Amino acid sequence: MLKLKINGEETALDADPQMPLLYAVRDIAQLTGTKFGCGLGLCGACTVHMDGVPIRSCVTPVSVAEGKSITTIEGLGSADDLHAVQKAWLANKVPQCGYCQAGQMMSAAALLESNKAPSDEEIETAMQGNICRCGTYPRIKQAIKDAGEELQKVNS
Amino acid sequence: MSTLRSLNRREFMSLTGRAGGVLLLGSSLPGTAMAAGHAAQHASNANDLGVFVTIDQAGDVEIICQRMEMGQGILTSTPQVIAEELCADWNRVTAVLGDADVAYGNQSTGGSASIRSFIEHTRRMGAVARDMLEQAAANKWSVEKASVKAYQHEVVNLETGARLGYADLAPLAAKLPVPDPAKVALKPSSRFTLIGKDVALQGQQEIVTGQAMYAQDVQLPDMLIASIERPPVVGGKVKSFDDSEARKVAGVVDVVRLKDREYPVAFKPLSGVAVLATNTWAAIEGRKKLTIEWEGGDNAMHDSETYKQDLVKKVNQKSKQIRVVGDAYDHKFNKDRTVEVTYTVPYHHHMSMETPSATAVVTKDSASVWSGTQSPQSGKALVLAELGFDPETESDKVDFKTTLMGGAFGRKGKNDFTLEAVELAKATGKPIKVVWSREDDVKHGYYHSVAANYFKAELNADNKSDYWIQRLAAPPISWIFNHEAKEIADLGLSLGFGDVPFDVSNMSFENAEVSTHVRTGWVRAVGNINNHFGLGSFVDELAAKAEIPTREMWMNLFGEDRLFDPRKEGFEGYTHYGQLDEDRGKKEYLLDIARFKAVLNEVVEKSEAEEALPEGQGWGISIGYSFNSYVAAATKVQVVEDTVEVLEMHTAIDCGMVITPDRVRSQMEGAMIMGLSMTLESEITVKEGAVTQNNFYDYPVTRINKTPPMFVHLMASDKAPGGVGEPGLPPILPSITNAIFHASGTRVRDLPVNKTMKV
Ligand code: FES
Ligand code: FES
Repeated sequence: MLKLKINGEETALDADPQMPLLYAVRDIAQLTGTKFGCGLGLCGACTVHMDGVPIRSCVTPVSVAEGKSITTIEGLGSADDLHAVQKAWLANKVPQCGYCQAGQMMSAAALLESNKAPSDEEIETAMQGNICRCGTYPRIKQAIKDAGEELQKVNS
Repeated sequence: MSTLRSLNRREFMSLTGRAGGVLLLGSSLPGTAMAAGHAAQHASNANDLGVFVTIDQAGDVEIICQRMEMGQGILTSTPQVIAEELCADWNRVTAVLGDADVAYGNQSTGGSASIRSFIEHTRRMGAVARDMLEQAAANKWSVEKASVKAYQHEVVNLETGARLGYADLAPLAAKLPVPDPAKVALKPSSRFTLIGKDVALQGQQEIVTGQAMYAQDVQLPDMLIASIERPPVVGGKVKSFDDSEARKVAGVVDVVRLKDREYPVAFKPLSGVAVLATNTWAAIEGRKKLTIEWEGGDNAMHDSETYKQDLVKKVNQKSKQIRVVGDAYDHKFNKDRTVEVTYTVPYHHHMSMETPSATAVVTKDSASVWSGTQSPQSGKALVLAELGFDPETESDKVDFKTTLMGGAFGRKGKNDFTLEAVELAKATGKPIKVVWSREDDVKHGYYHSVAANYFKAELNADNKSDYWIQRLAAPPISWIFNHEAKEIADLGLSLGFGDVPFDVSNMSFENAEVSTHVRTGWVRAVGNINNHFGLGSFVDELAAKAEIPTREMWMNLFGEDRLFDPRKEGFEGYTHYGQLDEDRGKKEYLLDIARFKAVLNEVVEKSEAEEALPEGQGWGISIGYSFNSYVAAATKVQVVEDTVEVLEMHTAIDCGMVITPDRVRSQMEGAMIMGLSMTLESEITVKEGAVTQNNFYDYPVTRINKTPPMFVHLMASDKAPGGVGEPGLPPILPSITNAIFHASGTRVRDLPVNKTMKV
């Protein structure tokens, strides 16, 4: 049994230590908000936070997460208290099919954690590992800026 | 025409599997369900019901959306149309995705058709419900119906000002006879409060909280995950395999060889060997340990590069004329005033973010299937056939549930992956979820084909043209159903080829016979991709030759404002995106030259694409008509040495009446980004019959750092609605390559651009 925290809850997973965290989270913990897109760390669909840092769960063995704290999209905000990123995503109507968006929001939330007023270049650098085949990038950019402003207000 | 009636709760439940409400209405919709047998069976049957509206005891409205959601927003737009006529408060409307059922009419979601083909009927659906609520209120107040009016979830008594909410009226309305849908009044557009307005979108909250349900998210007790190794060459088979090592992987439960299937490839599984395991990772690891020997495949000689050269040869010879105006051959072309060129595109793949996936449970006398598919009824018909159930009498043996799709772009209209799950579930007796890896998706797609488009035209003294020859060589998609097919049918020739609306007195349009060696299929915009890349590039080349602005060249070729009907201009077989049957053969669906000109002017003016630019920068424009909508594009690029950077993009769209403006914009944004991928860097190549690409590292797509500022110019129109999901894409490709030409003098005629320049 591997012990780790997922979305604040102590969790024991019966998984091969080499199994990528993505499949441990989806198949074993049954949290399906985190998505598979490529399996090679190329698309960002599987992005989660490990101790607050965004990682590609498809290329991270679950053993690496042992004893760590993992946040998935299900734990980013709660239904009645959405994260600023989720609110900005709704306000900008970012999602089309929505499949890539969990990964997009996890990457965006991590960016804003360290930089609440990112420039276009900083957004592009932080987000270029996340592919959206539907083409929601223009709105993602805007939503990140909006969420950053919101977070600045909250903090001031 | 539609049949419309109220249902009792039991009927509603048995039809939809949902608890229903107080007022329940069903309506049949027109359409050609792919499960033709079913459609015929239900045509005169009371069960042939389309979109469902229910109003529950609290007065809340639930609308089942019978069209599938893949990101285009139909889960909002269809209910929005119904709610408009119903005079419902949008905050009290919930939309639900319908499962596969002939009861819903045609569910096959493709061809950018959901609004343009069904709007009349969906509006009537809402209008009938409203009419009944008004009648109920009139009865209650003992006044004429003319004295009451529905507004925002209430009916108002115009004489007394009294109001009754839908919660109170629904039980009364449910007892009334259903009026003839053809006789209920539709709202004039001046009274619209929802259609054409940006409403809250359905399903977004679930997406941003990670609760939305896609095909890969289906979880069942004791379910096994299947990872399948398929023959690399179409037509190939498993000769022998060794699974001893695979079976040793912890978590692997079984290894199953899938059945060999015969031509035509249709939507059949490709066969191969499946590793079944208790989790996805074990299935993937087990599969890596398989040793498989493959047997031939009659396409093992296929090489996409040689093939493309062959198509180029074909279009440089006269071939079968499919449209003739005057006689373009009774003329000696003046070399100095003639442009003669060939354009080519490679194979393209849909590359939706969610790879194909389906889940099945099969027992002796029934099956449950979950699939993310654009064609649930076609899928269900295939499942019935696969399991040997009679489609007429045993249709209820298969419960086919739909999920959201994580992108589709045409790929998920083909249910090969759904059948894989069913075949394996039947073979093992276990619940099976088939999940395609990205490599599976890239290597076993239904590709937009390699295509060659040839153009030759001579300019006259007015910089118009009197002589025009156009040729196309590409394999027919119909090959997947008819292994002998060599020619693109009228339907395919109607996609930006035979319908070129130019005022040229001598024209010849020709199509060559071509053999097929991979599974070809509809990719967003289909033949319009290569046909408009060719046409949009060629007009720009003519403009360059004439030394006039590209917009002026288009205007010269369009000629006078008029309604253009290709059937009367030499192309009798024109299919016009299904809008020509007499019921819907409205004049407003003919190609309207004035609308072409207006969108082109709009995009040029809004983008300022005719203003001078610094050295090394250039604008490119183009225009494309497809799926009954008009879209023009303008792209600005910079070329330094031979590196291309896209600086700015615009599209202007006239899609007639707009239902959900924000989703039209989002589709245009998506089309610009997909257009960037296709034009600049994406390409599928085939060697020795097998696709050489694997994943995003060798089928690159546009990322956020290569996305320039984008602008969408939505043109207000009260014309009949056109499509939205596909029409944005075709003009994007030539707008980019034209811009590259104007920035650098380099003309790219063979896509993608990264073969000749850095991107
Ligand atoms: S699935 Fe992990 S980066 Fe693509
Ligand atoms: S919204 Fe569909 S892939 Fe991003």
